[in-house]
Amino acid sequence: MGFSDATRAQALEIIARYPADRSRSALLPLLHLVQSEEGHVSPAGVEFCAEMLGITKAQVGAVATFYTMYKRRPAGDWLVSVCTNTMCNVLGGQEIYDRLSEHLGVGHDETTADGTITFEHAECLAACDYGPVMTVNYEFFDRVDPDTAVHVVEQLRAGQRPQPTRGARLCTLKEMAVQLAGFAEPREEALADGPAGDPTLRGVRLAQENGISVSGFDPDTPIAKKEAAK
Amino acid sequence: MTAPRREVLEKLTPVLTKRWLSPEAWRIGVYEQLDGYAALRKALAAHPDDLIQLVKDSGLRGRGGAGFPTGLKWGFIPQNDGKPHYLVVNADEGEPGTCKDLPLMTHDPHSLVEGVIIASYAIRANRAFIYIRGEAVHAARRLRNAVQEAYAAGYLGTNILGSGHDLDVVVHSGAGAYICGEETALLDSLEGFRGQPRLRPPFPATHGLYASPTVVNNVGTISSVPYIVLGGAAWWKTMGTEKSSGPMIYSLSGRIVNPGQYECSMGITLRELLELAGGMLPGHELRFWTPGGSSTPLLTAEHLDVPLDFEGAAAAGSILGTTATQIFSDQDCPVYATYKWLEFYHHESCGKCTPCREGNYWMVGIYRRILSGAGTHQDLDTLLDTCDNILGRSFCALGDGATSPVTSSIQYFKQDYVDYIEGRKAPRLSAKQLVGAH
Repeated sequence: MGFSDATRAQALEIIARYPADRSRSALLPLLHLVQSEEGHVSPAGVEFCAEMLGITKAQVGAVATFYTMYKRRPAGDWLVSVCTNTMCNVLGGQEIYDRLSEHLGVGHDETTADGTITFEHAECLAACDYGPVMTVNYEFFDRVDPDTAVHVVEQLRAGQRPQPTRGARLCTLKEMAVQLAGFAEPREEALADGPAGDPTLRGVRLAQENGISVSGFDPDTPIAKKEAAK
Repeated sequence: MTAPRREVLEKLTPVLTKRWLSPEAWRIGVYEQLDGYAALRKALAAHPDDLIQLVKDSGLRGRGGAGFPTGLKWGFIPQNDGKPHYLVVNADEGEPGTCKDLPLMTHDPHSLVEGVIIASYAIRANRAFIYIRGEAVHAARRLRNAVQEAYAAGYLGTNILGSGHDLDVVVHSGAGAYICGEETALLDSLEGFRGQPRLRPPFPATHGLYASPTVVNNVGTISSVPYIVLGGAAWWKTMGTEKSSGPMIYSLSGRIVNPGQYECSMGITLRELLELAGGMLPGHELRFWTPGGSSTPLLTAEHLDVPLDFEGAAAAGSILGTTATQIFSDQDCPVYATYKWLEFYHHESCGKCTPCREGNYWMVGIYRRILSGAGTHQDLDTLLDTCDNILGRSFCALGDGATSPVTSSIQYFKQDYVDYIEGRKAPRLSAKQLVGAH
């Protein structure tokens, strides 16, 4: 398929972020961009990136196949990822993954027959204090169990958008790919979503409640000059 | 659960985490009311060399795992060499257990942006890149917004606050590859290639991004800089130990009452951290833990009083790493835990170096065999021999890191392995998962 003029314009905007003679740096965001239009990185998407950057399709393909976030087959609107790395795994992540896999009838990196949900197991998602976690389009659902996980995917299949525990209200995977290509979140309210959760604030709250602060902080402390220091 | 004692509470050092209590601190207006961008004004009035010296004097060491002295790294950048200089922030948080940079960027993104501007001024860089993990979408959303706000306020762009210094910042999202947290793989990825590590030397300080002098620093490292500029090196050193100065965000997860982020004076012990976090969950007894992510050798209940600074962790035979303290109990199996980590390293090995690519593949197979009840005593020797052939024989630390859970779990929990092998422990995996393991 041909890419739209709007996508082409966005591609030029991406390339302009990098030094003029280093346009290849734009390749990762460009791959996110083609994914935002097609839902995956197709041969046409590879060709588009190659053409925009003046490199070969083989060079683009080598990069596209290296990174797990580039999907090589059409993906659903909702990418459901379950962390099965060690910590989430022992806290119940494996059961969540197994239950969802059975419920959806798909395995890792597969899409449901109705085309709505792409399912995968993920490596550590940097939220171990909230484990076990799963994400939908990379927004966090914390401390899930098999039942709540099934409820989330059922809501998605029914056309609803369940609210993540942290992070912003959901957008589709294609819309998310626009942000991954480096463009601003267009939804002001999504930017404001997601207050810090309890685990994030535990240490700092404990300090506050007990009147602990680091003493001796004077923002006017002078910066030593070289001459003065010697 | 008993309340933590006063002397333990006093090890809390809310510095980098303090603004997280202000729900709107990610907005520039609120950030400015909370000392925001005051450090930038102060820094721009100083000579860049004096800033490098200040950071050297503070003893700040990298927060990304390796603990390299930050001021020294900045000082390696050759000056007046006629080449462009770059600052690259490593925000590709992904070391299993590590979860401190994402909340920092989500709830206080301007502290990173301010640190980036100061650091760029110090090393004379006019372009900076923040390479953020692709999956970290909410942190990236807030960070992109912060960069936009900083441009609008005149903190980024040309002639920042009339200083004559110019800086452009790009927030660059990765695409799912743990290896890109390795600094040279990150640079290759940022240049639009597969993320594979480079042979060093030459080091990034002289041949980094686009073969130009480059500083690569972790999020926590750069976010520390504004505080050091404001409070001074002596104040910074009131926290931590002589060689490991400052506060550190300890990320506690696992079988404890209150998992979460605890910013403490470096050198705190696990015993004290557990006291802050409400102790182990009822019915759970501490069995093994990582001091700083899965790439740091496991420690046990014998190590409760090890000071968690760079020197203390090393003296105990481990590494401080990212201070991602994952806590496991007597209800968790160290062999299974190691197996899951090994699957991770196998999946994330970039494939460049044979020992790491092949070694992790075969070790996963051996773990499956042991956990399905078909292991042999020889498997333990094979695992150790494989580790011997990976450690120090790959370009980057991913290979080294993969051996950490293997060798340390065999060191401390050999009996668990033997129990699977001799049939005293019920298999954890079924035979169908054995396919390809021989």
